[in-house]
Amino acid sequence: MSALLEVQDVTVRFGGLTALDNVSADITDGEVVGIIGPNGAGKTTLFNVICGFNRPDTGTLRWQGNALQRHQPRQLAGLGIARTLQGLGLFPHLSVLENVMVGATKHARAWIGSALLALPRGDRDEQQLRKRALEVLSELDVADIADRLPGQLPYGVQKRVALARALVADPKLLLLDEPASGLSNDEMRELADLLRVLKKDVSVLLVEHHMDLVMDVCDRIVVLDFGRVIAAGTPAEVRDDPRVLEAYLGEEVTDADG
Amino acid sequence: MFRFLNLTLNGLTNGMIYAAVALALVMIWRATRIVNFAQGGMLMFTTFIAWDLAQVHHANYWVALVVAVVAGILIGGVAERVLVRPVENGPPLNAVIVTLGLLIFLQALAGMIWGNSQAHSYPPAFRFIGYKVGDRTLRFSPNDLFIVLSVLVVVIALYVLFQRTSLGLQMRATAFNPEVAGLLGVRVGRLLTLGWALAAGLGALVGVLVAGTSSGYVTPVGPFDALLIYGFTAAVIGGLDSPGGAVVGGVVLGLILSYADSYISNFIQTMYALVVLIAVLMIRPKGIFSRTSERRV
Repeated sequence: MSALLEVQDVTVRFGGLTALDNVSADITDGEVVGIIGPNGAGKTTLFNVICGFNRPDTGTLRWQGNALQRHQPRQLAGLGIARTLQGLGLFPHLSVLENVMVGATKHARAWIGSALLALPRGDRDEQQLRKRALEVLSELDVADIADRLPGQLPYGVQKRVALARALVADPKLLLLDEPASGLSNDEMRELADLLRVLKKDVSVLLVEHHMDLVMDVCDRIVVLDFGRVIAAGTPAEVRDDPRVLEAYLGEEVTDADG
Repeated sequence: MFRFLNLTLNGLTNGMIYAAVALALVMIWRATRIVNFAQGGMLMFTTFIAWDLAQVHHANYWVALVVAVVAGILIGGVAERVLVRPVENGPPLNAVIVTLGLLIFLQALAGMIWGNSQAHSYPPAFRFIGYKVGDRTLRFSPNDLFIVLSVLVVVIALYVLFQRTSLGLQMRATAFNPEVAGLLGVRVGRLLTLGWALAAGLGALVGVLVAGTSSGYVTPVGPFDALLIYGFTAAVIGGLDSPGGAVVGGVVLGLILSYADSYISNFIQTMYALVVLIAVLMIRPKGIFSRTSERRV
């Protein structure tokens, strides 16, 4: 199967610092791929390159076989890439349902004028968006809070709303930035179950500190250290790789009791 | 009591006008976080276009009104796309200077085309002799009723747009956080242009309405500048961020000015507005309807 997203030999330098050094990675349909590594390893930079926030100095990105050149973050939705943000970025004064509906605007086909003049087309669009948003909220078991404001909800539930908002666009690829941060152990287990269900419809690329989650749900893992890929493979392969143990897991084990 | 009724009706009519100007300012503020100091100049210019059609070329009142609104929409859209877009992400002062520059440019251009010295009268849509109650005449005419109703219709239409359509939802989302909205696939740039276009179209309507009142006239510099002060004050009363607040703020300001004008003195109307503006900024800087605790800008 050909890759959905390919990152080939990407190098990114910030002044004298090489944040990414000849990094290659790829993800195919229906896969969950995790990017791990110690702090400062370049995970976020890689994420930002994929999103178009940072430009690679050398190397290429391919989306469904086509090179992505100078793509902008605002083009992601059109390509079929959705992402969640570390800060969630929910709109505080919009209800949960409205937040999710904004995520589905890619599907709103009505011409601006028909919305302005309240023509039937615009109205039908509105109904469909609402229905679609509610469906996704029920899939994530949070349909009951559709009319609440995000600020009134616990953090774990807000994260689900953010996830629903990303999923409602029917992306081919879902980018998750630290999906487990701030979650309780129970919530993290629920997230792992959810990701296993989601991968039937969407490929997931996640950046995560939490080893348990990554080892649990990822089909493949890419390990970064100092901007280089030091290991890549299945969780089992990566777990036993001495370089990984040295760079990352060793550190984890020593403070695992903390 | 009759005097109070008259002052209330008069305040309501003026208040609706301030409300509409405030609404235009709020729409632009929400879209681009810019106070559009050119609002008065833009609606002056479109009113001149309508005046030229109605008085020089003897066009029908309604044709002139529609042309003015369409011209306003175009001027607003082009202004955002061409002038404001390059400074949108820069320091706020850049945008202030650009809108001030546009104001001066439009005033100068109008002066060159239509002359600076003369105050041109504009025909009202309807009679401006007040309705009669028994043998007394109200300070509320069919033309005033027309003003109140047209602003009301526009306010309701905008409410429906913002609250009941996906386009309005995108506009609200963009107002809160354009970066996130863009990531979600909202075409942010288009919405900003649309916000400016709608605001300028609304401004154009206000210009024609104001010019057609009994005290109204059209000049490049003058009455429309005061309108910006009133509109801005009304918007600040409402919190600058809230369309509903802008409308209420406009009516409140209209009533305050009407009462103060009659019960205190009618020489210093603009100053009352400034007093209200300063008072609101001192006591409730985020407006009467603010939900301050939830917002981090």
